[in-house]
Amino acid sequence: MIISVASGKGGTGKTTAAVGLALSLDNTQLLDCDVEEPNAHIFLKPEIEKSFKAGIPVPVVDRDRCSLCGKCASVCKYNAIAVLPNSAAGSGKVLVFPQLCHGCGACSMFCPKQAIKEVDRPIGNIETGKKNGLLFAHGRLDVGEAMSPPLIRQVKKLADTSRTVIIDAPPGTSCPVIATVKGSDLCLLVTEPTPFGMNDLALAVEAMHKLKIPVGVIINRCDMGNDKVETYCKNRNIPVLMKIPFKKEIAKAYSKGSPIIEPLPQYKKEFRSLLKKIGALTRK
Amino acid sequence: MIICVSAQDKDPGAKVDPRFGRCSYFMFFDTETGEFEAVKNPNLSANSGAGPQSAQLVSSKGAKKVLTGNVGPNALGTLTAAGIEVLSGISGTVKEAIEKNK
Repeated sequence: MIISVASGKGGTGKTTAAVGLALSLDNTQLLDCDVEEPNAHIFLKPEIEKSFKAGIPVPVVDRDRCSLCGKCASVCKYNAIAVLPNSAAGSGKVLVFPQLCHGCGACSMFCPKQAIKEVDRPIGNIETGKKNGLLFAHGRLDVGEAMSPPLIRQVKKLADTSRTVIIDAPPGTSCPVIATVKGSDLCLLVTEPTPFGMNDLALAVEAMHKLKIPVGVIINRCDMGNDKVETYCKNRNIPVLMKIPFKKEIAKAYSKGSPIIEPLPQYKKEFRSLLKKIGALTRK
Repeated sequence: MIICVSAQDKDPGAKVDPRFGRCSYFMFFDTETGEFEAVKNPNLSANSGAGPQSAQLVSSKGAKKVLTGNVGPNALGTLTAAGIEVLSGISGTVKEAIEKNK
């Protein structure tokens, strides 16, 4: 089973919930897909065993084979190739803009002369490791790279579905989040009972509905703010699976980079019952 | 020679569009025949890469000079590779721009 942990709003407690859940269950794997700012390892403190470069395939054009037909440029959805039959030198030119390339492979697939081969352009690192019996992996996007989904997809390829896979997602509702949650059996949406939490929860719920991924809500800092999140969930039939109070011990543990179950081991039970509720929802 | 001007509309009296890659129209002027041709920019709302695509279009029309307000680095690289002279910082109407920079 794959459970992703997402939120519309940032800072609601995704990583707190994802790490708490991962540490409370047996036979789990935690994938941190927030590759622009991975931070689950701060709570988890895993032993990193392997580190490797991850890249996206970008086109390289063999000018001896190329007939300058322009097919590659016309099929590129991202406009990463320009074909110039009347160039300065007179022989024509093909320009590739690797930063615009999403690595979809359409150019090489459609080239009638097989003049395009794809070469990996590194965009980040993937690190894998362990914490006791728990498997861990995260991606780290290189500084200056604009596109995280290709790296996110590669981190997700490491998912070992013989285990309970928990994926920590980036915040928001844009491409990196979509790339992260796709294929999940359920998405836990972590929110807080404030107007900001409410606003962004509604956006995230809409996105998950479009993707046809079942959702469950965790309300963090549940004893502050207003009851609009609960009313919203009730009206929409969205299950609230867990509530975490605004407690000094939790904030203290967070400030030291400790997972919630360290000062409050009773949360292990809460997270285990969360998994049971998730199991019931996904079997529907 | 064919001169291309980024324009906000499709007639010679239109204002020069300050953007190259995402201008509304490309106005092509043939200095030999004195004729204008307006081409609607298909890259106006491209998600990415509007500059290189617009440069490719301008090159395919055989233009040798571009007059525009501002040109981005990818578009400039493509135009230069295509052997097209680029004059930026141009304003006023399309007609005026051509008169001054023929």
